[in-house]
Amino acid sequence: LLGDKGYKLPTATKTGTTIVGLIFKDGLVLGADTRATAGPIVADKNCEKIHYLAPNMYCCGAGTAADTEFTTNMISSQLALHSLNTGREPRVVAAMTMLKQHLFKYHGHIGAALVLGGYDSTGPHLFTVYPHGSTDKLPYVTMGSGSLAAMSVFESRWQPGLSRDEGVAMVKDAIEAGIFNDLGSGSNVDVCVITKGNVEYLRNYARPNERVQKEQSYRFRQGVTEFYAPQAARRGQDSAEMDTSA
Amino acid sequence: MLDFAPMHSAPTEVPVEHHSHGGWDPYVDNGGTSLAIAGKDFVIVASDARQSDGYSINSRYDPKAFTLSNQTVLATTGYAADAKRLVEVLEQNAQMYFHKHEKQMSAPAMAQMLSNTLYYKRFFPYYVFPILAGLDAEGKGAVFAYDPVGNMERVVYQAYGSASALVQPFLDNQVAGANQRGHEGGLLDREMARRIAIDAFTSATERDIYTGDWLDIFVIDQTGIHREKRELKHD
Repeated sequence: LLGDKGYKLPTATKTGTTIVGLIFKDGLVLGADTRATAGPIVADKNCEKIHYLAPNMYCCGAGTAADTEFTTNMISSQLALHSLNTGREPRVVAAMTMLKQHLFKYHGHIGAALVLGGYDSTGPHLFTVYPHGSTDKLPYVTMGSGSLAAMSVFESRWQPGLSRDEGVAMVKDAIEAGIFNDLGSGSNVDVCVITKGNVEYLRNYARPNERVQKEQSYRFRQGVTEFYAPQAARRGQDSAEMDTSA
Repeated sequence: MLDFAPMHSAPTEVPVEHHSHGGWDPYVDNGGTSLAIAGKDFVIVASDARQSDGYSINSRYDPKAFTLSNQTVLATTGYAADAKRLVEVLEQNAQMYFHKHEKQMSAPAMAQMLSNTLYYKRFFPYYVFPILAGLDAEGKGAVFAYDPVGNMERVVYQAYGSASALVQPFLDNQVAGANQRGHEGGLLDREMARRIAIDAFTSATERDIYTGDWLDIFVIDQTGIHREKRELKHD
């Protein structure tokens, strides 16, 4: 609306992003980079893109950061109530259905592209959910601007029956492919391993982009900042010291 | 109130053809950042070397700063193809000057030539934001900053490119002492200028997706041009 009037709309913070998921022998591994962008600027160098949905379910989010955050929070809430209502551990298909019905209702205006993974009573399940509400059920998936770089790793190396360590290494390599070859992705690798009855949330599993030490310190000496005070207070010296006596 | 003799009606339009090329754009922004800082008897130029297109990297090392003579360096940002062509044209004209005048072009002479070369293509500009650095007639550090059509300004320091909005205010504060009470003013020495240039780039690399990979640093003084290459983050 404001855009019609000629105002330049503020760029919503998008996650740029590389997010992935893969199924291995005993469960699944989710992965994500940690860069959030607002246009060409890095807004957050270490944001969390792997969102909690339920004790046995996590969701990676790409697209508009606010949309992924609020949507996953909302479905997490709904899942908790649903779980209490049914007296059962929530199923991944339940989260998938809630997400897709919510997103479809908004016809793509909610810019959330998700990689949903969890381990429930029917086994491990991995889905992708698109902003318009479509879903895919697959053994390995990638989303976000770095999805092509990440998928090139999976397509070369994925096979059924991978071990946990092979799966984690592949996810790390896929995310790093996005971090280094996609400008919308960067910084660190977050990993989440979900198996039967257990979740390992490995925040900053890899940190391949630590900042080097700066050439010098930019600490300002005291008195550098300009200030203005009433003439009465300034009488005498041009000093930075305030008289704080009662 | 009726105005019988309006001073200002519709803004004048230059008689140039306006037709769409099916959405095709002759220009591409290849990203990247450049800066130059002048000292008493030296000048420092620094440019990153990443060449990008949208979210893709075309090259991790495609230098953006070029030596035009043994005492002048041209730092560019904008469209890499136009920058390369611009350098080619300048180099050729500098060579012809040398044959005609039997001496190398001085930095101030090169500066004016660059302005003329840019304006020559006023109606199909080089999409380049050049910074020319060298020593003036008195041997003092000289930095000339231009817009794509040739507006020239001699300055003490300048930053151009995708991270210019991040780097220029940093230089305003650290080189010119802006917003600092009791700053003496005056030019920087070589070591200070080099440290500031390096920190400007590591900081720009953190927050600008188009800046990174490698950094080229040139220090120009009476003895010639000293080059340095440093690694930047590759993400």
